Amino acid sequence: MQVAVQRYADVLVVAVDGRIDYVNAEEFKGALMPHLTNGTTGSNQVVLDMSRLEYISSAGLRVLMIAAREAKAKQGKLIAVALQPVVREIFEISKFTLVFQLFDSVQDALKQISPAALAAMQAR
Amino acid sequence: MRIRFWGTRGSLPVSLTAADIKQKIVESLIAAGGRTFKTRQDAQSFVEGELPFSISHTYGGNSSCVEIDTGTGEYVLCDLGTGARPFGLHVMSQKKGAASTFHIFLSHLHWDHIMGFPFLVPAYVPGNRVIIYGCHDAIEQAFRRQHSSPCFPVDFAQLGAKVEFVKLKTGVRQRIAGLEVTPKLQMHGGDSYGYRFERDGKVVVYSTDSEHKTDDKASTREFVEFFSKADLVIFDAMYSLADTVSVKEDWGHSSNIVGVELCQLAKAKHLCLFHHEPVYSDARIAAVLEETLRLEQITREGHPLKISSAYDGMEIVV
Repeated sequence: MQVAVQRYADVLVVAVDGRIDYVNAEEFKGALMPHLTNGTTGSNQVVLDMSRLEYISSAGLRVLMIAAREAKAKQGKLIAVALQPVVREIFEISKFTLVFQLFDSVQDALKQISPAALAAMQAR
Repeated sequence: MRIRFWGTRGSLPVSLTAADIKQKIVESLIAAGGRTFKTRQDAQSFVEGELPFSISHTYGGNSSCVEIDTGTGEYVLCDLGTGARPFGLHVMSQKKGAASTFHIFLSHLHWDHIMGFPFLVPAYVPGNRVIIYGCHDAIEQAFRRQHSSPCFPVDFAQLGAKVEFVKLKTGVRQRIAGLEVTPKLQMHGGDSYGYRFERDGKVVVYSTDSEHKTDDKASTREFVEFFSKADLVIFDAMYSLADTVSVKEDWGHSSNIVGVELCQLAKAKHLCLFHHEPVYSDARIAAVLEETLRLEQITREGHPLKISSAYDGMEIVV
């Protein structure tokens, strides 16, 4: 599991690849949560790019829920985008589709939540 | 071992309503599409073979009570929810008054798991012996309180059977009623205990009213060990995963997703979804089963896992 972070204006895009399961969920939490705080890299709007995430278990989904709660507490948002078909089905079966805002792509999400971030992304 | 499910509903017993029955009949007639059935057998074949289970049957509404029939002549039960009432009536019809011994393993003392005891007819029959096992300190107190005013009109002292209470130690395996039994502490308000039953190389795990925070590696590994290579895992799948990690976090229940994951890691053979949410209709429970089957299919890595959804009256042989 790898995590890469990119800032576009007021939005952080966190890209995750590989697999998240009970063995590395804590590591994923450690990689994700600092970006939801008000630290130097912090933002209250985080887009989670899952285009290269092959699998997520209940442990990983629980981390997402904790992170979403943290973002909400700071009047922010955690949005998941570009889910692969298997991950999409896991979201549906777990009913995370009912509690998580999903978009097809990073661009779609930025268009919705921050035109400035979309412009910054397109300018690169 | 033959496993009989006498009560499979979580938290509160429920019953189909007149509207539910009417809906099932309407759906059945639509499915029949104007066909006629010359014999009862023809009609039976149509119902059994062509109608979805959620229309032709019901998952039932009795609360937790599962029998493990070892063929030894003594009875073994897990929990005493309202399913204990039809179980007791069944015993009375079979035994015709002959004295029997009942070994009952309690997950915990919440009311849906003990409320069937006052209606367990064999407990009123002199000569019978009822041994109630569990890991909680206050089991006898809970049963005596339930069987007294103002909860119930017949006092505990009026039970005809000899009723005994045996405290078990979590993690300690011991032989009871021809079974090797190992209790395990589970996460639930006031604690609950799962049981691993082993006999003749077969393993059945009864694990209800148990919440799992699967990002807790140590706890997950403990349950993988507890479920290890089980022939059957009866698993609390009351809520969706999203519910258990949000609005219903710390309510002490689990989900179909976690059931599949733990059974896959444990290389268990058969996951049986249990302790159904009382507000769920038959159609909703059937949909949960379909989704769980799909999850197993898309996450399988070599080891196939059989999945079923418990209903009152279901039997599984391991």
